This record gives sequence, C-alpha cells and structure tokens, in this order.
Amino acid sequence: MQKKVVLNFPPHLIDQPITYRLIKDFGLVVNILRARISPREWGRMVVELAEDGGRWQDAMDFLADTGVEVEPLAREVLRHEERCIHCTACVSPCPTKALDVPDRQTMTVVFDRERCIACELCLKVCPYQAMEILFE
Amino acid sequence: MAKTIQEINDKIRAGRAVVVTAEEILAVVKDKGVKKAAAQVDVVTTGTFAPMCSSGAYFNLGHTKPRMKLGGGRVTLNDVPAYAGFAAVDIFMGATAIPDDDPRNKVFPGAFPYGGGHVIEDLVAGEEVRLTATAYGTDCYPRKALDTLIRLADMNEAVLFNMRNAYQNYNVAVNLSDRVLYTYMGVLQPRMRNANYCTAGQLSPLLNDPLYRTIGVGTRIFLGGGVGYVVSQGTQHNPGVRRTDRGLPMGGSATLAVTGDLKQMSPRWLRGASFTGYGVTLAVGLGIPIPILDEEMLYYVSVSDADIVGPVVDYSEAYPNGKAEILAHVTVAELKSGEIVVNGKKVATAGLSSYARAREVAQILKDWISAGNFLLSEALEPLPGPESGYVFKPLAERPAIQTLTEGYSNVASVK
Ligand code: SF4
Ligand code: SF4
Repeated sequence: MQKKVVLNFPPHLIDQPITYRLIKDFGLVVNILRARISPREWGRMVVELAEDGGRWQDAMDFLADTGVEVEPLAREVLRHEERCIHCTACVSPCPTKALDVPDRQTMTVVFDRERCIACELCLKVCPYQAMEILFE
Repeated sequence: MAKTIQEINDKIRAGRAVVVTAEEILAVVKDKGVKKAAAQVDVVTTGTFAPMCSSGAYFNLGHTKPRMKLGGGRVTLNDVPAYAGFAAVDIFMGATAIPDDDPRNKVFPGAFPYGGGHVIEDLVAGEEVRLTATAYGTDCYPRKALDTLIRLADMNEAVLFNMRNAYQNYNVAVNLSDRVLYTYMGVLQPRMRNANYCTAGQLSPLLNDPLYRTIGVGTRIFLGGGVGYVVSQGTQHNPGVRRTDRGLPMGGSATLAVTGDLKQMSPRWLRGASFTGYGVTLAVGLGIPIPILDEEMLYYVSVSDADIVGPVVDYSEAYPNGKAEILAHVTVAELKSGEIVVNGKKVATAGLSSYARAREVAQILKDWISAGNFLLSEALEPLPGPESGYVFKPLAERPAIQTLTEGYSNVASVK
C-alpha cells in the first residue's frame, strides 16, 4: 500500500537529514513528490511511502519524537463540488489523472483524491477556483 | 410534411409536443432516418455553458434622498467599477471589469480573483454587495457621495445584456513558443503540449441552425437559468466564413446579442471566472430551441461532433498579431477524445466550454417546453446570413496626434 503524506518540518530541523534516516534506519521506500524547504521557515514535503516496506511504526514514532508533523495528503486537497462546472480545463495539465474524464459521453470530470500529489498545476488552470490546496 | 411555429406551439400548449435534446436527436435519426424523425419530432433543444467576455448587466438602483446623479460620476460594486455614463441612477457592470487596486499582471501571471463577472454572480445569488458612488452635484441632484449595501431585490431593473454570446464555432488554441502563455483560452504549455477548445459541439445553438433559418431577432431562449431573448446578431458577427458541405462554418462565425431579466436568473448559470494572467469574465448558460419545421431543419439539428471542424491557431504568434494562419483543422469529436494530432504531433486537449453543463441546459429547456411553460417565438428579423456580405473587419488605425515617441525623438534632434 502506498500512502501519500505531508511532512511538516519546524525551522530548526531543516538541516537534519530526516529523509535519509527514514530510508537508512527504518528501511522505508520514500518517493518525494514535492518539497518546499527554505532557511528559518517551516519546511513541507509531500512524500509517497510504501506502508509495507520497513519498520513503519518505528519510523512514525521517530518522526513524532523529532518534531516532524505528519498529515495525510488527502485532507489538504479538495475540490469544491458546487464550484466545479466540469469544463475539463484541468484534465490535460493534471500529471496523475487525479482529475480525469472517465466517460467521454457525458464529459463529467471526476476528482480522485488518492491520485493527487498536490502539484498545484490545476490551481492556476481552474477559472472557477474550484480546486483548493491547503499546502502553504 | 412542413410544420409552422404556430402549430408547434399549439402542441406545446396541449402538452403533446415531442421535444428532444440535440444529443438525443442523433439516436432518433440513426434509428428512424431523417424523414420519419422530422415528422415525429417538433422541437430540438440546444445548450452551451462557457465563458463569454462581452457580457454585462445594467441596473436601475433607485433614487437616493436627496437625489444624486451618478451619470458622469464614479460608481463601484464591491470595488469593481461600473459604467455610469447614463441618467441619474442607471449603471452598467461589464463582465471583465476589475477593481482599480487589483495588481493585474504586475506580478505575472496575475490571479484576477474578483471582477465584474463575480459581482453579477453574487447579485444573482442574492448576496449583498457594496455600492459606492461619487458625483459632482447639481442643483437638481445635489448629493455627492454614497456608500451602501444593496441586493438585486432592492433594484428596480436588473437586466443581463450581452453584446456577444454563443459564438458559432471557435478556435482551438495552441502555443508554439518556448514559454507558457496565459490567455483567455486558458494556460497554454510551450511547444504545443496542450490544445484548448471552447465549443459545445453538437449541442451548440448556432451549430444546430447553421444558416440561421429559425434563430433571429426576438427568439425566446434559455439565458442564465431564466428566459431571455435574442436582440440581434452579436458584435463581430461574421457569417461569410468558409463552410463545410453541411453549411457549418469552419471557424468563428455568427454571434448573438442577448438579453434577459437578471432577477429570474441563477448563479448556477451565471458564474464569475478568473483566467490566470488574462482577467475576469462571466460563464453564461444559454440554450435555444430549434423548431423542426421540415426535413431540412431536422437534417441541420442532426449535426454530430464528428461533422464540426475547428481551426487550430497558434496563440504565441498568429493570434496576438492578427494573422490568419491555421495550423490544422480538427473535429470536435477528436477534441473531446482528449487528444488531437497536429503536424504529426499528439497534443492533449482540454475544454473551456462545459459539455456536461451544456447537456443540462438542453435538458432543462426540453423540460420547460414539454411542460408547456415555454413557447417558441417567430423571429422578427433574420440574422445576416452567409450571402449578406456582412463582415467582421479589423480596425484601420489613423493616428490623431503625433505619438509620444516621435515627440521625444524630435526633442533629441533639436539637441
Ligand atoms: S494538484 Fe491538481 S493537477 Fe496536481 S495532481 Fe492534484 S489534482 Fe492533479
Ligand atoms: S478546471 Fe475547475 S471547473 Fe473546470 S473541470 Fe477542472 S475543477 Fe472543474
């Protein structure tokens, strides 16, 4: 099982090799989807973790002890259903097909949170402010 | 067997009219053929829901005490400037108007979060907006300033008046340059990585009556969730373009000016839209019933996405410079499949016009007519057609004064 999570780093941890420890010490399979890290600020990283590889629970405990907050990604991305008009403008830019048109007869746009990697490409593209990502 | 609009209306009143959408008619024709379908079906409903920038609304705000003449003054609704060059309390809000303090494209690309289109949507949704005004004051209209909340219900008249809607066919936009383009056709990725289109295709009103046999001045329509009317041809009406064998224009062609009572409309069908780097506009839901007068009309409404071709245009070079270069023609069926091929390259497509919502418009209009709540109207005047010689011409500039740069170079030469 792959799990997408957001890791929030407090400013004092920016110079720590946290990802290295997750891989090396706990044997996790880590795929970094996006990251924003700058000096003296909270760092944020969206990662995909394989839940069945490595010592998952120990790794989560390590993160909690170090002060890294872990949140599921899905909570951070939402489509305001009442604002979406199903124009399809976001479908070709979305790199993961989280936004897709499975039925080309009705042309309805389906949003699958689980596929979303919070890349934010849809934000600039949607004219109706239907997509929201609470990543800042 | 020809029918008149009168006869069709009698059937609608009696609840006996056979009404189908422009999508449903395709199966009927496939099943029964044009002749039988024409005898059976009375009305075909069309629909579209897309950004339409030349939209706006006029309002009569009611008089203040003491009286105030907004004409010649400055008026804003939620900080968005309205045009006030009329009598005392009539104003016009255009879809693309934006607040004076919006940073625009200073930090490129601008976000344009709120503007005229959103003001119209908020008013239609029943929300209070802030009205501010300043005026110079006269003997008959002494008041000089106003700052109040106002709702649609408080106004005397509130009327949607769109000078150009429902474009008959449209460009498919691509970007041949090396940088991302932010346009009214959406975000265009460099080196033709995507193609954006904007048409309801087989559901589009004017593509179902390609030579304007039934749609004309005075046609009663679905507009913004309420009832509206065609005023006349819209601005930039251009019926003389190249057409296919079916009479379908192969690019932007006819347009409609439309109007309707805003108080009847709904925010589901009038939606403010923000195009990154471009600005604000209004998405408008519009649907037109087509009376099936004879077999020819039925043939026209049997148009499918595979019959409609649109021109692929480069928005990095050809469009901004007003060049008539077309990279390819593609069908709406290809566009809706999610991928087209241009010059041998596969390009991912995305829409701006909502087909899902266009279907809903056509369905609502069908329900209104089937229930006997909406009668068809006879056009009072036809729209200028392909043979009319009516054309859309560019502006021929004739500078009225010496330009600033020339002025500067003169100064330099004196030195
Ligand atoms: S942020 Fe938007 S574009 Fe990016 S993966 Fe998620 S839905 Fe797709
Ligand atoms: S661009 Fe926005 S309105 Fe259009 S389909 Fe995507 S989320 Fe919906």
